[in-house]
Amino acid sequence: MRYLPLTPGDRRDMLAAIGVGSIDGLFTDVPKAAWRDGLVDLPLAQGELEVERALRRMAAKNVAAGSAPFFIGGGVYRHHVPAAVDHLIQRGEFLTSYTPYQPELAQGTLQSLFEFQTQVGLLTGMEVANASLYDGATACAEAVAMAHRITRRGKAVLSGGLHPHYREVCTTYAQFSGLEVGSLAATPGATEKFDIDDNTACVVVQNPDFFGELRDWSALATRCHAAGALLVVVVTEIVSLGAVKSPGEMGADIVAAEGQSLGNALNFGGPHVGLFACREQHVRQMPGRLVGQTTDAEGRRGWVLTLSTREQHIRREKATSNICTNAGLCALAFTIHTALLGEAGLTRLARLNHAAACILADRLAAVPGIDIVNQSFFNEFTVRLPKPAAPVVAALAEYGVLGGVPLSRLYPERDDLADLLLVAATETVTDDDMTQFAHALTEALR
Amino acid sequence: MTGWSQALSAHPGSAGGELQTFTGNRGLQLEEPLIFEQDSPGHCGVDLPEPPAHRCRLGGLERQGPIGLPGLSEPQVVRHFTRLSQKNYAIDSGLYPLGSCTMKHNPRLNEKLARLPGFADLHPLQPEATVKGALELIDTLAHWLKTLTGMPAVALSPAAGAHGELCGMMTIRAALTAQGDPRQRILVPESAHGTNPATAAICGYAIDPIAANARGRVDLAALKAKLGPDVAALMLTNPNTCGLFEDEILEIAAAVHAAGAFFYCDGANFNAIVGRVRPADLGIDALHLNLHKTFSTPHGGGGPGSGPVALAASLAPHAPLPWVVHGDAGLALVEQAKGPAAASIGRLKGFHGQMGMFVRALSYMMSHGADGLRQVAEDAVLNANYLRVRLAGALSQSYPGACMHEVLFDDRFLKDTGVTTLDFAKALIDEGFHPMTMYFPLVVHGALLIEPTETESKASLDQFADTVNALAARARAGDGERFHAAPLLTPRRRLDETAAARKPVLRWRPQAQRKEAAE
Repeated sequence: MRYLPLTPGDRRDMLAAIGVGSIDGLFTDVPKAAWRDGLVDLPLAQGELEVERALRRMAAKNVAAGSAPFFIGGGVYRHHVPAAVDHLIQRGEFLTSYTPYQPELAQGTLQSLFEFQTQVGLLTGMEVANASLYDGATACAEAVAMAHRITRRGKAVLSGGLHPHYREVCTTYAQFSGLEVGSLAATPGATEKFDIDDNTACVVVQNPDFFGELRDWSALATRCHAAGALLVVVVTEIVSLGAVKSPGEMGADIVAAEGQSLGNALNFGGPHVGLFACREQHVRQMPGRLVGQTTDAEGRRGWVLTLSTREQHIRREKATSNICTNAGLCALAFTIHTALLGEAGLTRLARLNHAAACILADRLAAVPGIDIVNQSFFNEFTVRLPKPAAPVVAALAEYGVLGGVPLSRLYPERDDLADLLLVAATETVTDDDMTQFAHALTEALR
Repeated sequence: MTGWSQALSAHPGSAGGELQTFTGNRGLQLEEPLIFEQDSPGHCGVDLPEPPAHRCRLGGLERQGPIGLPGLSEPQVVRHFTRLSQKNYAIDSGLYPLGSCTMKHNPRLNEKLARLPGFADLHPLQPEATVKGALELIDTLAHWLKTLTGMPAVALSPAAGAHGELCGMMTIRAALTAQGDPRQRILVPESAHGTNPATAAICGYAIDPIAANARGRVDLAALKAKLGPDVAALMLTNPNTCGLFEDEILEIAAAVHAAGAFFYCDGANFNAIVGRVRPADLGIDALHLNLHKTFSTPHGGGGPGSGPVALAASLAPHAPLPWVVHGDAGLALVEQAKGPAAASIGRLKGFHGQMGMFVRALSYMMSHGADGLRQVAEDAVLNANYLRVRLAGALSQSYPGACMHEVLFDDRFLKDTGVTTLDFAKALIDEGFHPMTMYFPLVVHGALLIEPTETESKASLDQFADTVNALAARARAGDGERFHAAPLLTPRRRLDETAAARKPVLRWRPQAQRKEAAE
C-alpha cells in the first residue's frame, strides 16, 4: 500500500521491541464479541490509475457548470478564480498544517488569517471579523445565537428575503436552544413590516435579498437599536460589496456572510467559507477563532490565536459556540483572491457583474411573456414566467442551458411562487451565453 | 534593531551569539509585512475588462467611499503567500504528533480528483438530472461509511466533527422528544474533547461529568450511579483521549440502553480501529467521523473538515436534510421534511454537505480498500506502541500497558527540573518537530499526548524518540534555562499570548499602525 511506510520487516522488529507476538496482542482491550477476524465487505486496495478511472466515471455523469451557458446563483456564485489562488493554497505548508495552536510554527497561517479578518472587516464595514465559520448559513445561525447571548432576549425575527437554507438552519438550531424564531413569508419585490418588541433579540435581513432585490436597511437598524434589538445583515454574494453600500454603513450589529464567491469553487455546495463580523463591543460574545497581533520574546510583531476563553477547548459547556475546525483553507483562498483583486480589481469585478446582470435582464425582458420582478439588483434577479418555472428549467437543461433556480425548488409549498425563476449573471457569462439563454427560453415557453 | 552594528551580539537567553542582518531576514527565514503594508494604490493582480455599457440598476445603494483594500500585482501576491507558507510547519515537512488530531499524510491524488470539473464546478441547485454522478459519489461514500461502522444510516451534511456532534445530539433529542420526554442530562467523561460538553449545552442539556477510573477509562460504577430516567445520552470517545480502548464498552452500552438513554460516540479516534472493529458491534447509536482525520482530507490550517454521522435505525428517521435516497428513477435528493423525511431535524448547513471533502475521502478509501484500511488501524496502533516503549524509560506514561493509536504521558518526568510541559514542547520545536498535544486531556497533570499515525516510517519514529529522550535527559540534567527560552530557531520566538488577549488587535488599521510607529 503506497501510503504506508512500514515494511513487513519493520512490523516484525517493532512488535518484538514492544514484546507482543502479533498485532492482535495490541488489540486485547477490544471485547472479543466485537472482534472481526476477516476483512469488511468492501473492495480491496487500488492504484491511482484505477481510483482515478472510477471517480472520473462518476464526474462524467455530471454537467459541469463551465460546460454550458450558466445562470444559477441562489447563494453560490460561479466566478473566475485566478490560477495563482489554487496554486498557492496547494502548497503543502498551508494545505497540510493543523489549526495554529503552536504559533511559532504557524506564523504563515496566522498572518494570512489576520489579513483575512482585516479584509472581511473592510468589505462588510464592520470593526472585527473572526477567522471563518463553516458557511454562510451556519454563520447566520451563530449570529442569531450571539444576539440572544448579548440581549438575553428570546426571539429572532427573520426576513422573508433571507435565503431559505439560512432560515432553515436557524430554525433547526433554535428548536434545540429554545430560542423562538419567527419568519416572515417570502414576498419577492415587496416591502416587509417587522414587528420588534422588548423580547426581540435580533432582526435578520439579507442584502441583496434572496430574490436579488437591493435593500437599504439603515432605517431598520435605527428602529432595532431604539428597541434594544440587534440587526443581523446577511450577504450571500460577497462580490456585491465591491459596488453596494456595506452592512456596516447601514448600521448592522452583526454580519453573517458567505465568502465562496472569492477564491472558491462551486463544489456542489461545500466546502465554502462563512464570514462573521461584528462591532468591537461584542467581540467577547463572538463564536469561532480569532487571530490577534502580539510580540515575541525579542519584541518582534507576530500573531497568535486569542480570546480563547470564549471557546470550547477552554470553556467547554460555557463556550460561545462548539465550533473547532472551521474553513481555514477556504478562508486562505478568499484572502489570496481578494489580495490579487485589491481595491481596483474588486470594484471593477463588481461592476462587471452588475453590467452582465443588467444586460441579461434587458435580453430576457425582450422574451415574450417574461416580466422582471426586481426594481433593483446586483448580479441576480427574479423573473416571472407565464408558466411554472421548474419544467422550464428542465427543458432549458435539455437545450444545454443551466438557466437559473426555479423558486419552487426552495418553496415547494408556495404555489404563488411557482412561476418565478431566479437568474444570476457573473463576469463568466459571455454575450453568446446570453443569446443562447434567451433563445432557449423563447423555445421552452413556446 | 537590525544592521551590522549588532553583528554577533548575543540575545538574552539564547544559547550562543546570533548574527544580525540589515533586513531582519536570516537566510531562508524571510520577514514579510502585511499585504496592507505593500499597497500600490490602483494596482491590481487581475486584468479585467472595462464593463460594457449598461443601465445601472443598483437602486441608489452604490457604495460611496473606498473599501480600503491594497493594490498588488500577481508576482507580489505570489511571493507574499509563498513566504508566509514557509513560516508554517506541516505534515508534508515532518512528523506532526498532535494527539487526537490524526495528522497523517494527505495523498495528492485526492486533491487532483476533487478538482475535476465534474465535481468542483458543479452547482448545488443545478437540475437533478445534471448531477447524477454527484449523487452516486455521495451514495458510494455513504456505503463505505455504513460498512465500516456497521450502522444502517449516515448523515453526510455536517461540516466538521463538532458539527457532527451537534447533528448526533439533535437526532437523539428529537428521538427522545418523539417518545414524549427529551430528558435533561448528558453524561460526559472528564477526558472528553471540549466540543462534547459545548455541543450538549447547545442542544439544551445539562452536562454531568463522569470520573475516570485508575486505568484511565470510564468508571463503570460511577456511570451506573449517574444513570437515571433523566439522562438522555452518554457521549463517549472511543478509543478515548488517553489513547485507551474502553474495555468495558459493552457493559457501558448495556447500562446506558437499560436506562432508556442513547449512546453517542465521538469518532475522532476511529483511525485506531477502522476496518477491525465496527462501532455498531459496540452498542453505539450515533458516531461522528472526521473525514479530515481518519480519511486524510487535509486540515488546511484549520479546515474545511467534514463530519458525517453514522446513525442507528432508531435515530435514522431524524437525520438532517438533505437525504440521498434510492428512488424509482435511481438516486434522488430529498430536500424537504415531508414524506419519509417528515421526522428530520431539518437542515444543518446550506446545500448538501462538504462535497469536496467527500471526493477526497472516497478516493482515500478506494485507494486503501478493505485490506489497506485494516492495515491503517494496525500500523497506527503499532507506531504508537513503538513510541510508547521507546519513550518508556525517559517519560512518565500515565496509564501503564498497551495503548491504541496514541500514547499519553504526564509531567511527572519533569518533576523538580523546573521545566514545564510547555517548555518541553517548545524545545521540541527547535529540534524540528511539531510538538505533541499539550495539557489535554485534563485528567492527568501536564499531559503530553502523542499520535504518530500510520504514515510515519520506523526511521522517523526512531529519530523522534531519540530526540525526546535526549531532551528529557537534558531537562533532568538541569538545563532549565534552555527550555524556558525555547524556541530560539523559529521565525518568531515565544509569543506573548497574555498581551494579545488583554488588548486585542484583531485587524490591521492604518491609523493604529501610524501611531505605533510614532511611539
